[in-house]
Amino acid sequence: MKAVAKYFSGIAHGLKTLLTGMKVTGYYFSHARKEIITQQYPENREELQMFERFRGIVEMPHDENNEHACTGCSACEVACPNGSIEILWQRVVDPETGKKKKIIDKHVYHYAMCTLCNLCIIACPTDAIVMGKTFEHAVYDRKQLTQILNKPGSKVRADVKD
Amino acid sequence: MEPVTEGTILAQDGDLKTQEYFVNMGPQHPSTHGVLRLVLGLDGEIITKVEPHIGYIHRSIEKMCEHDNYRQIVHLTDRMDYLSAHINNEAVCLAVENALEIEVSDRVKVIRTIFAELTRLASHQLWWGVMGMDLGALTTFLYAFRDREMINDIFEETCGARLTMNYNVPGGLMFDLHPNFQKRVKEFLVHFKSKLPEYDMLLSDNVIFRQRTEGVGVLSKEDAISFGVTGPTARGSGVSCDVRKLHPYSAYDRVEFKEILMADGDSFARYKARILEMWESISIVEQLLDNIPEGDILAPTKAVIKLPKGEFYQRVETARGELGVYVISDGGKSPYRLKFRSPGFSNLFVLEHIAKGAKIADLVAMMSTIDIVVPDIDR
Repeated sequence: MKAVAKYFSGIAHGLKTLLTGMKVTGYYFSHARKEIITQQYPENREELQMFERFRGIVEMPHDENNEHACTGCSACEVACPNGSIEILWQRVVDPETGKKKKIIDKHVYHYAMCTLCNLCIIACPTDAIVMGKTFEHAVYDRKQLTQILNKPGSKVRADVKD
Repeated sequence: MEPVTEGTILAQDGDLKTQEYFVNMGPQHPSTHGVLRLVLGLDGEIITKVEPHIGYIHRSIEKMCEHDNYRQIVHLTDRMDYLSAHINNEAVCLAVENALEIEVSDRVKVIRTIFAELTRLASHQLWWGVMGMDLGALTTFLYAFRDREMINDIFEETCGARLTMNYNVPGGLMFDLHPNFQKRVKEFLVHFKSKLPEYDMLLSDNVIFRQRTEGVGVLSKEDAISFGVTGPTARGSGVSCDVRKLHPYSAYDRVEFKEILMADGDSFARYKARILEMWESISIVEQLLDNIPEGDILAPTKAVIKLPKGEFYQRVETARGELGVYVISDGGKSPYRLKFRSPGFSNLFVLEHIAKGAKIADLVAMMSTIDIVVPDIDR
């Protein structure tokens, strides 16, 4: 008799626990509009705001005169753990002193190797590079992942010292 | 019986007997949580042998560390146990700071502790969701990710990344806290404290779940110690091994929390240990959140960090157990040798011991409660 009672109480207990779980599911089913965390991503591109510190890609901001703050000091190249940054130099003659001087030619950035660790940004003494907030970087050819960050014809802003 | 190796077919000796056979579980099996391959020896449905074959995601992180300087090493540890990324970073930074005898400010200590506990919460939430999914309940996965999303947002706002945070640097932190940090964490705690009882309603009390975990994969206290199992897996067997309690680091010496110890040692005990640990993590965050002291976020360090000659060891408690960082320095700017004692590696190899003689369907429950993260095992 005891075994029979145990059998049925087991069934009742099982049903009760199942219904407890179902109650949670049912609550969210009937309150479907509450606590929506999913975003309709490709549709909300216009109003999608990333956080201010979001790390998407390394960028070099240029001002309206096509000038940037990069002196080519190679601090970012040294700080980078993966060799994603290469600084190429060129030698020019300083018109004022007549001496030869090294200035930045190309700031080459290999996005394919970058782990977005932010070490180059904190290493930069002139805040010439920043983390961009874009994240859609898929390309058809991986050569396109190697970018030259300083724009053609750009030069160092006059107030930035080495 | 002669030893059976992979691929051999045993000769049948006439009478009706189940032939012992081998099944590969993984490397692309959804419940192995990554690229882990388990070679199972089976007698019908009974497991006779579990042989983990690892190395599918080996990236030689320890070797790469020998070529990087001490600031660069930190970001590699994100990629070991990616669910405890912040705690791994902290381990390396603490090792370097101890070797250089740098004293970081109280603010850094407290922020690191809050982040570590939030990481632990996020890790346990993901584990809970995936554990339900492994045992056939997809809903839990969705609930867990809903709550985990809030923590990821908190991380993203302060560190800029959701998973591979790289927020610690030797000597302190990369940025100060975001002004919204405390507000957001408070919102999260209010939200999550009301949701954690739902976890129990959905899974812990469920009769099907209980029957699939209770008495399954029993790990005795002695075996847990002899296999070097740590973390909630060992505490489910009653082994007191919480590094936060036994060797306090950062701000763990100024908070009150309980070390969760369960007696049974079965899958359900390990499950329950993690659920209760989430409550403890919430309480630690609550104790620290309102009194984050002022101070510098970065102690001054030299431009090139060079550790003195010698050997240094630092242990921390990740969401999975004890992570040890063992640095041998020859005085140079990168370590001569760096060894990670990862919790996942020791915890995985107890699987054969507890799975022997069990049914194959129970293996998934055991594996889930051991909570393996394969990149942590392979490194």
